[in-house]
Amino acid sequence: MLHLENVTKVYRGPAKEVRALEDCSLDAGDGEFVAVQGPSGCGKTTLLLVAGGLLRPGGGRVTLDGSDPYALSPEDRARWRCECVGFVFQQFHLVPYLTVLDNVLVPSLAKGSAGAGERARHLIDHFGLTDRTDHVPAELSTGERQRVALARALLNRPKVILADEPTGNLDGASAERVLGYLGEFAAAGGAVLLVTHDPRAAGYAHRTVRMVGGRLTRDQEAPEAAAVEGT
Amino acid sequence: MTVWRLVAKEIGYRRLNFALGAFAVLVAVGGVVAVRTVLSGYDVRAEGIGEDLKARTQDIGASLKDDARRLMLELGYNVLILHKDQGLGEFYAQGRASKLMPDTYAEKLVASKTLMVRHLLPSLQERVVWPEQDEPIILIGTRGEVPQTHLNPKKPMIAAVPKGTMVLGSVLAQKANLEVGKQVKLLGKTFTIGKIHEPRGNEDDATAWIDLAEAQELLGKPGRINAILALGCLCVTEVPGGVSEQITSVLKDTQVVELKREAAIRRATRTAAGNRADQFVGLEKAGRESLGAERDALEKWVILPVVLGCVVWVGLLALGNVRRRRTEIGILRAMGVRAGRIVSIFLVRALLVGLIGAVVGYAVGFAVAVAWDAREAGGEALGAKAVGAAALFAPLVLLAALVLAPLLSALASLVPAMMAAQQDPATVLREE
Repeated sequence: MLHLENVTKVYRGPAKEVRALEDCSLDAGDGEFVAVQGPSGCGKTTLLLVAGGLLRPGGGRVTLDGSDPYALSPEDRARWRCECVGFVFQQFHLVPYLTVLDNVLVPSLAKGSAGAGERARHLIDHFGLTDRTDHVPAELSTGERQRVALARALLNRPKVILADEPTGNLDGASAERVLGYLGEFAAAGGAVLLVTHDPRAAGYAHRTVRMVGGRLTRDQEAPEAAAVEGT
Repeated sequence: MTVWRLVAKEIGYRRLNFALGAFAVLVAVGGVVAVRTVLSGYDVRAEGIGEDLKARTQDIGASLKDDARRLMLELGYNVLILHKDQGLGEFYAQGRASKLMPDTYAEKLVASKTLMVRHLLPSLQERVVWPEQDEPIILIGTRGEVPQTHLNPKKPMIAAVPKGTMVLGSVLAQKANLEVGKQVKLLGKTFTIGKIHEPRGNEDDATAWIDLAEAQELLGKPGRINAILALGCLCVTEVPGGVSEQITSVLKDTQVVELKREAAIRRATRTAAGNRADQFVGLEKAGRESLGAERDALEKWVILPVVLGCVVWVGLLALGNVRRRRTEIGILRAMGVRAGRIVSIFLVRALLVGLIGAVVGYAVGFAVAVAWDAREAGGEALGAKAVGAAALFAPLVLLAALVLAPLLSALASLVPAMMAAQQDPATVLREE
């Protein structure tokens, strides 16, 4: 289970400081799809980076299955991210010169290649990208790119997927498809933390947490969650 | 996915950046290899010229020594062998020995095979009046040098006078109005003038040389001589005292007059002639070494900026590559790729830049050097021969290029690679 407890984060600039996270507490259990919804600049991405072991919080605690990534050395934390966390971004962040297959295989740079090829092909098939295996990102639609990014995030069988506005650049059908896959991951026992400003996307989550000015303000069950689980 | 595969794909994608880096290495390696190879070709050629010059100088030196040997003969003989009863006061006063010796003494000396004297010239010398010309002359009967078969043959310094032939000093010839080829009588015997010497400014100008046997017959002293002129060994180990002992141990009834001053002058002159030749070779070699040192220094001052320029250029290109791949590196770091692996991605790329630049650069530089070398060929001047690709090829230079270029390229990329590895992925992802 992903657990954030009283997390704070302050960015200190030369002129002023920005309190990005204020006393944020959040849980995403195994098999749970949690959405954090809020306007741009409210601290959603910071929350995701802190949860993913990329940004040390100024206060509070982050654990995944009881393990605090910030108690680890930078190298061990990198290994922790590699083994436990999958990231999906709005801009996809695919490597432009690699094919779909190679992009999906990128995480194996960190963990090793044993069985990675087979797993990658399985994911490519699963996400309907078989005929795009040897294409580079520039030759893919935005929806296909996000599916490649999702496949990449799943290569190392993470415990949690952290998705930052994954549907922000997608049309409705593509967005639905990607959100469906995230739900599928949660249904398979993984935890999903989705940050978005889009209420429709948040609607796919089991639970939605609202965020305003760095504070989590509301925690509510989503009526659509059951439908998502069913996809 | 491996680092090598990732690097290979990235190189294929950003060909220009890679090509510019490899080109910089190519220019540096090619330039260094071309300069070094051309200069080593010059070295080989200069060495050849030096050897050629040395051989020619040694020939000239040997010739100088031979000339000196001949010229020094005019100063006198090293050793004069006289009968032991010959009074030296009379000898010096008269200029000739009155006591006679058998003319077989020269052969006896040779037969002893212990003699260190190179040239033996038995002679019978008398002051007589040339009755047909009414002129006082020095008559010398000579048979030339007695061959010494146990020693290395040397060119005779004095040739024998053929029978029936007379060689005249210049004063005599002028007084008697004689010319080469004319016939003349001496003590009733007819001789053909074989040679007339140029004026020498000494008693030779009033001397007539004829065959020894004919002189013995004319002077009524058959089988007799009054002096053997012996020229010591030309080698520097020659010891006049030793020569004297050798001679008197073989010819018991003789005495030896050592003409030390002349011998010393002969030795000194010969040695000086040889030394001059050696000094010339030495000076030429020193000159070449000095030029070589200057060239090495100049080469360093040229090569150093080229290599440094290349290192800076490769480093800047690597920095550009790192900046362009900022997001990619951030994503890799976010996925758990460790800092060391990120560094290795850039170092492997830099090694490839260096290696490919070195291979192509060496090939280009060597080809330029070989072409330059071939351009030098065909002339007739000293050492104007092409050294050739085989002689120009230096495995160490190739090895150095293949090892140092990738290493320097990696070194140049190390700082950008470290910067990439230390990039904070959170910052990158937030900014994106």
